[in-house]
Amino acid sequence: MQPFTTHTGIAAPLLRDNVDTDSIIPSREMSRVSRRGLGRSLFAGWRYCEAGAYDPNPGFILNLPRYKNASILLAGSNFGCGSSREHAVWALADFGIRAVLAESFGAIFESNCWRNGLLPLKLDRATIQSIADASQDKPLTIDLEHSELRMAGVGQWGFTVPERLRRNLLAGADEIDQTLNYRESIDLAIQRRAAIMPWAQLTRRSP
Amino acid sequence: MSQTLFEKLLDMHLVERFKDGSALVLIDRVMLHERTGALALSALADADRAIANPANVFACMDHIVSTLPGRGDATSVPNGAAFVSAMRDTAADAGIRLFDINDPMQGISHLVSAEQAIALPGLTMVCPDSHTCTLGALGLLAWGIGTSDCEHALATETLRIRVPKSMRVWCDGQLGHGATAKDLILALIARHGANGGAGYHIEFAGPAIVGMSMAERFTLCNMAVEFSAFSGVVAPDETTIDYLRGRPLAPAADQFDAAARYWRTLVSDDDALFDSEILVDCDTLRPMVSWGTSPAQTLPLGERIKPASNDIGAQRALDYMGLNAGQSLDGLRVDGAYIGSCTNARLEDLRAAAALLRGKRIAAHVQARCVPGSTQTRLAAEAEGLDKVFTDAGFEWHESGCGLCFYAGGDGFAPGSRVISTTNRNFEGRQGPGVRTHLASPVTVAASALAGRIASAPAQLLDEVG
Ligand code: SF4
Repeated sequence: MQPFTTHTGIAAPLLRDNVDTDSIIPSREMSRVSRRGLGRSLFAGWRYCEAGAYDPNPGFILNLPRYKNASILLAGSNFGCGSSREHAVWALADFGIRAVLAESFGAIFESNCWRNGLLPLKLDRATIQSIADASQDKPLTIDLEHSELRMAGVGQWGFTVPERLRRNLLAGADEIDQTLNYRESIDLAIQRRAAIMPWAQLTRRSP
Repeated sequence: MSQTLFEKLLDMHLVERFKDGSALVLIDRVMLHERTGALALSALADADRAIANPANVFACMDHIVSTLPGRGDATSVPNGAAFVSAMRDTAADAGIRLFDINDPMQGISHLVSAEQAIALPGLTMVCPDSHTCTLGALGLLAWGIGTSDCEHALATETLRIRVPKSMRVWCDGQLGHGATAKDLILALIARHGANGGAGYHIEFAGPAIVGMSMAERFTLCNMAVEFSAFSGVVAPDETTIDYLRGRPLAPAADQFDAAARYWRTLVSDDDALFDSEILVDCDTLRPMVSWGTSPAQTLPLGERIKPASNDIGAQRALDYMGLNAGQSLDGLRVDGAYIGSCTNARLEDLRAAAALLRGKRIAAHVQARCVPGSTQTRLAAEAEGLDKVFTDAGFEWHESGCGLCFYAGGDGFAPGSRVISTTNRNFEGRQGPGVRTHLASPVTVAASALAGRIASAPAQLLDEVG
């Protein structure tokens, strides 16, 4: 996983509530058995004039000259709700988005973000609005080491994220390796399961 | 100390609890599907990681496969056949049981997991699909995950979760007057918002739940994720136990009674404390239909559209749907009708719709399709002659799969068409670019297909259907 320490970039405001993962990447765009190269498909239903064609819709925020190279997304509440497709995160990351700042997130989407090194930050609506108001001409800095956001001449804001996830992201650590350190506790849980729910373990025989 | 059902299920599977409110939990079952299954399995193979417990891992062909009668690997989804063959190859390499296209047990994964008793009370189960919460109806902890978490679950037999709070939705009274489990869950989401369950695990309980069939409980739990909940659960009871007895992967006959004794203990203690409680009076519920592009944008038939004051997306939704505030949905012309999906395509759903359709024809301008949720469901329906009822009425009758619940390219409803649907998501473009989806129960969809307009089923018919 790509580590995240400090990032400075343009923040694009997409201040809608309940932006679902079908909107972040429509199903019809997930046509390759791969997690790569999905940036073009990001927000395809809104970003392009027609489904299947790729003529930019000039009104969509990420097509405005100022926000073409945005690397931070500002959103409303419940961003990433709906389908569990991790393609939503892969598409954002491939487009170049490193962090999403929203009032709240769909739970599966949020955990997919952490697993892919995309930082999901929860902030109140007023803070997101102040950043959005100034995003026209100022970049935003996200400092994960100090849990702080800075925008020159506008302000700075603290944020809190789960400490373990913060440390993992700073180090780019692999979660599977970390879990396998708990092998003994896992084996104990399996023994407990075998004692109470002996039918929980299936045998490798076709039903 | 008294515990909620959720706490009991969690405790049983706890590997480690961490100070930050997260926990490492043992995962008893993993279900994959061809949309993302090959991605997870090949990523593991590339990293030289083995599947920790392949006997407890399964895969289904459901999302992309064609539902056209006589289907093969070919599908109208662009490049769809590549997903199908990649799933088949990676499942064979990994040595996991795949419910392939022509398998008589094939179907939408959440239906297959229940029919085969892969999901059992007391277990934990994950699948890279958000509607895995459906299976909570059997009294287990089942939830949807992304592909990376799926790799983690396969490689370690565990997952790290942020432990949710507990909510109880107390369903008082009894459903009637044409209101079904679908109308109950839509009403809950309409009243408390698409975000109303965020951060919570939800237990559905109360007199209305006790009287419900398993099919209704599945419908209810299916949409817990549309309420933003971690998942939903119904405590196992005799309905659950009767449902499971004799199913292929249920505990063998000589173990079954002991298992059932354990399952009966899986209830919230009388004095268990929930972090939140919501009451729904089922006696007063009426058939519900969604008007917008979020399941929360839903109203009882007979009422006029009145967006919530804090609904900042309402105008955009109205524009997309071609509607105005103050308008009523009753009598609105529909172009399409769809009965399918993991929400409402079980045998009971098909029977309820067929009871209205029997001996009648749908309106000539309506394109209507029924896609049974599983091959077992389709075969059982055909044995009762329901396929004839649907086709005589003017419905297309398909093989099982996710079908037009979501649009992945390929065939579907025309852009701009208005579709009344038994599915669970009315998002923009969910059933095709520009398609306007109205969520409703199977009886409301059948009644609307007949009328060619959004309509509730006639009361006397509903009383006969029950
Ligand atoms: S039927 Fe629809 S909601 Fe259910 S698993 Fe398939 S695509 Fe998802």
